[in-house]
Amino acid sequence: MPSKKKQEWKEVTLAPTIERFHERQDKFETSSGIDISPVYTPEDMPDFDYSAALGYPGEYPFTRGIQPNMYRGRLWTMRQYAGFGTAEESNKRYRYLLEQGQTGLSIAFQLPTQIGYDSDHPLAKGEVGKVGVAIDTLEDMEILFKGISLDKVSTSMTINSTAPILLAMYIALAKKKGVDPAKLDGTIQNDILKEYIARGTHIFPPRPSMRLTTDIFAYCSQHVPRWNTISISGYHIREAGSTAAQEIAFTLANGIAYVQAAIAAGLDVDEFAGRLSFFFNAHNNLFEEVAKFRAARCLWSKIISQRFEAKDPRSTMLRFHTQTAGCTLTAQQPYNNIVRVAIQALAATLGGTQSLHTNSFDEAYATPSKEAVTIALRTQQLLAYETGIGDVVDPLGGSYLIEYLTEALERQAGEYIDKIDKLGGAVAAIEQGFQQREIQESSYHQQKNIEENKATVVGVNKFVSSSPEISELLRVNPELERKQRERLAKVKKNRDNGKVTKVLKNLEEVARGRDNTMPVFIDCVEAYASIGEICDVLRKVFGTQREYLVF
Amino acid sequence: MAEETKIRVLVAKPGLDGHDRGAKVVARALRDAGMEVVYTGIRQTPEMIVEAAVQEDVDVVGLSILSGAHLELFPPIAEGLKKKGKTDVLLVAGGIIPDEDIPALQKIGIKAIFGPGTPTSKIIEFIKNELAGRKN
Repeated sequence: MPSKKKQEWKEVTLAPTIERFHERQDKFETSSGIDISPVYTPEDMPDFDYSAALGYPGEYPFTRGIQPNMYRGRLWTMRQYAGFGTAEESNKRYRYLLEQGQTGLSIAFQLPTQIGYDSDHPLAKGEVGKVGVAIDTLEDMEILFKGISLDKVSTSMTINSTAPILLAMYIALAKKKGVDPAKLDGTIQNDILKEYIARGTHIFPPRPSMRLTTDIFAYCSQHVPRWNTISISGYHIREAGSTAAQEIAFTLANGIAYVQAAIAAGLDVDEFAGRLSFFFNAHNNLFEEVAKFRAARCLWSKIISQRFEAKDPRSTMLRFHTQTAGCTLTAQQPYNNIVRVAIQALAATLGGTQSLHTNSFDEAYATPSKEAVTIALRTQQLLAYETGIGDVVDPLGGSYLIEYLTEALERQAGEYIDKIDKLGGAVAAIEQGFQQREIQESSYHQQKNIEENKATVVGVNKFVSSSPEISELLRVNPELERKQRERLAKVKKNRDNGKVTKVLKNLEEVARGRDNTMPVFIDCVEAYASIGEICDVLRKVFGTQREYLVF
Repeated sequence: MAEETKIRVLVAKPGLDGHDRGAKVVARALRDAGMEVVYTGIRQTPEMIVEAAVQEDVDVVGLSILSGAHLELFPPIAEGLKKKGKTDVLLVAGGIIPDEDIPALQKIGIKAIFGPGTPTSKIIEFIKNELAGRKN
């Protein structure tokens, strides 16, 4: 007789089997510590209410997706993060990627550009053109986008502390090319809070930084209405070692802080909330990851409509970019990474991402080579065009397991957000080291699990064999550093330096006052003031912020 | 018999990259293994690292870097330590460092490079073995 209840089945059918054949592990759990039982049934979700928890795609709370027909209308944007060396070299890589069918650009900047130093600063030594492209002045941006139509491409820029300056350059460039800024499509990361938590390219203290952020919200709502003014990022939080639940919670808690700051600056929530975007990681635990994206969408739409009383449905949609998890890539047996990336990309698309970056298999060694990045892009194209994954909305919706995990993650993340609220919000919690400490605990726990063989990393602690050599790693030519410094010197010599002094002085006044800083940033970059010069002024006015070190 | 002195380690992040997950995990594992660990935090210049190594009178300096600037930033650290008379300090490194760069780094006195996937137990064992005999 078949069992009538799960409990009965457990006793009658499951228990004897486990008795005879022990299970592989004493306990099965997800990254967030959610216990996984052998099977899921409607009994696992006695209070499940379809319309309250899920609803229909394109409708509140958007658990199933933000568009009614999702990828049946348009596939996700395939957007490979790229940039290295000088603007000329990166321009070549972007044009290559566009020719290969990539549908959006994603700019990686060198660290000095991200931290507000010019390429000739002593701290830039050895860093010029590494991890991203060197941008010092508008002239570098002109070269970077040579032959690329700004009104035809959407451009994402991973830039945070110096986001207003790079955005000002993009707007100035559009004007020079005769493109109306109102037609510009793209995203700046502009998420300073996760820099203090996990990524480490902050310059100024949180409060003046938040002002720069909200200045961008206000300026873009008037002048660059299609621009995504922030990409609130869980990606780096996860890379630093968080669990899936922490990734959702710390990201959305930062989101809450930005919304509060913008409202405090006098903006109406529906004026800017529709331009907020998010950025998540796609990690290894396939089902937990799919559930994570769904839970984040549902939780954010509730937060924005209940806590902030947004009225416009667009304000309540969580739109997000995804990148596969760099931290899961191994230097050992590097070709295995192609498979890891494919499965992570599957999770992202099953989770309804709006755009996707797939990592290259050689990233545990260097910035990706052309061959490796092509395979990564082809992985997305293969998913999109060969598997039928985009033919139906939220394909895993209704799976007992997925719905159970979605609910569990939403609950866990909600509890973390409550904790952060009690600490005084995301900024106060960061100042107290709360998120940093939680992430470090998780990351150390994961490392211990690997070393104690409780977690398996194929090729690292199991199925170990000698790795094939990877050929043709990308090397950034050290000569570039000299060339970039020469170019900067030439720009500084040929520009109208009287004008530069004047705009920088004006910047100082605006920074000390309360006016929106964006127009004066545009004046500065149009006068070819460099990022280092602009940031020196801001450092003088705002001061600098060391990391909130927790160890 | 003298009380056993603890091995003193400086874990440092030269350069501008903020990828500190590895450095923090290693620092904590060394501490759990009974060593005295000082972690500098991110964005340290070679001068700051040399200064901290001298101040803290460490036996080991562990450098972590993922930005690719190791060939520019490690040599001034190795030289600075020598200049300050810290000739016996054990210098090790980790992060994203291509194999072809390892000989150049060994030449300046970096005794081991621990790449991605290295178990912390291996790092602990290496440090203990290298320092065995120096401390008793």
